Amino acid sequence: MKSNKKKEAKKTRRFFSVFGIPYAVFLILFIIIPILIIVYYAFTENGQFSISAAASFFTSWAKWKVLLISMFVALQTTIICLLIGYPLAYFLANKKFNKNTVLVTLFIAPMWINFVLRTGATRDLLTWIGVKGGRMPYFATLVGMVYNYLPFVILPLYSTMLKLDKSLMEAASDLGANPFQVFIKALAPQTIPGIVSATLMTFMPTMSSYVISDVLSENMITLFGNYINTEFGLGSWNTASFMAMIMLLIVGISLFINLKFNKDKEGGRTQLW
Amino acid sequence: MVKVKKVLAQTYIWLVLLLMYLPVLVLIVFSFTTAKQVGQWSGFSFGLYKNLLTSREIWVAVGNTFIIAFTSAFVSVVLGSIGALGSFYSKKKWQSLYDNVTQIPIVNAEIVMALSLCVMFTFIGTYVFHNEIASYWTLLIGHVVLSIPFVYISVKPKLQQMDPSVYEAALDLGATPMQALRKVIIPEIMPGVLSGFLLAITLSLDDFVITQFTRGAGLLSGNSQIETISTYVQSHIAKRPVPPELRALTTIIFLIVVVAVIIITIRNIHKSKQAKVRKGRD
Repeated sequence: MKSNKKKEAKKTRRFFSVFGIPYAVFLILFIIIPILIIVYYAFTENGQFSISAAASFFTSWAKWKVLLISMFVALQTTIICLLIGYPLAYFLANKKFNKNTVLVTLFIAPMWINFVLRTGATRDLLTWIGVKGGRMPYFATLVGMVYNYLPFVILPLYSTMLKLDKSLMEAASDLGANPFQVFIKALAPQTIPGIVSATLMTFMPTMSSYVISDVLSENMITLFGNYINTEFGLGSWNTASFMAMIMLLIVGISLFINLKFNKDKEGGRTQLW
Repeated sequence: MVKVKKVLAQTYIWLVLLLMYLPVLVLIVFSFTTAKQVGQWSGFSFGLYKNLLTSREIWVAVGNTFIIAFTSAFVSVVLGSIGALGSFYSKKKWQSLYDNVTQIPIVNAEIVMALSLCVMFTFIGTYVFHNEIASYWTLLIGHVVLSIPFVYISVKPKLQQMDPSVYEAALDLGATPMQALRKVIIPEIMPGVLSGFLLAITLSLDDFVITQFTRGAGLLSGNSQIETISTYVQSHIAKRPVPPELRALTTIIFLIVVVAVIIITIRNIHKSKQAKVRKGRD
């Protein structure tokens, strides 16, 4: 009887695992193969193996500069977003300061207003108050980035803050720790997973986005994403593919970091509802 | 002391909120005047709303955006849910492969995905069809790639939380696997499917990069490139301020978002009340 039941269970497993096939085919066709094609183009020229795209990337100071500037802008955006978002998420998640869950939804709601439209709105406002992108391209770009990525920082931080073990902080302050020590020793270590996913959700997209910097700096600042886009537009598929591959490499590294810090795969963008 | 802290915290929250909405609010205020640029006021009027109503181009873009959002969300939900189901019942080894590949589009830079799809479509178009294949269908695939992982990761946890004995009981009582799927599994995963659907819609509505790289002619745009709200706005704001009619459109979008926030709030209140009732019963 029991072995019969086991057999039955195995049969249903096999029956249902077949359902995964269309999904698997989709993943292979439209996610894996396109990436392989990018790698193919990165290392060929006119159908033959060539490292000229790689060589032209590694020897070009202009390209390195774009990469470094993008990383710098991304780093700055991430830090500013964290500085604004961290206390905000703490206040929102703490019942002592806020009981209103509508506020959390309000912080995420800008994501439902078209982001190109929001970027245009930001530029119009900045122009009105005299911060013209053409004159202060770097500052304008930074403002646009922070505006756009702040919700992505608040969300993962908020969901980690909800799970905080408050007794740890209370114990620390009872034992005579000052607020700074409480923060460093009791609060910050608990929120590292949130900080890591917030960083990943800001850093990578900032580096590779091109609409925000195009619009807000009035084409005066080129980020890595802009560069890939322009090269591709000019028809240099090999160069564009190689740069996309560099981007992929950075993605790979961040995925690895994320797996290390975030054991549970929920969190961040998935917890919108 | 605690009270002072609370006031400070609340002030901070509302200040950031105000700053976040400021650009959109400014556009809304200036949607009631017909001046060319934000910051100039040429008297109160509903002129922009009248212009918006008669602007065919904008409504074509809005229509396209919604068609793409709903169709791509539908495809993502169907494919992603059965994918999660299939993965859940596969061997451990395969399951982790599914999970990991699903993570790729989530963490990948949008431009890399967009570029790779565009290159592939052009490649297939040139060597297989000997023709341009960029169309509504390639755009649809692009949007499904964008949103399908989020459906998968919303549905999968629901399957993991499911009590397997209910399903087994259904089989013991004579249900076929398909009947058990319909009566037991689908109701269990429905909340995940729903939130996956909403996420898919959100991502699709907001997308610009994938759309730019995978679109072709079709839908309401007829024989010209498919315009969505994103691409329409982008092509108009590249060098100039936001076109006046779009300020009126912003107001409308904002109102819809406000309604959505209200609905979500009511739902949350309802949910927490139910939870309280349940707690009381125990």
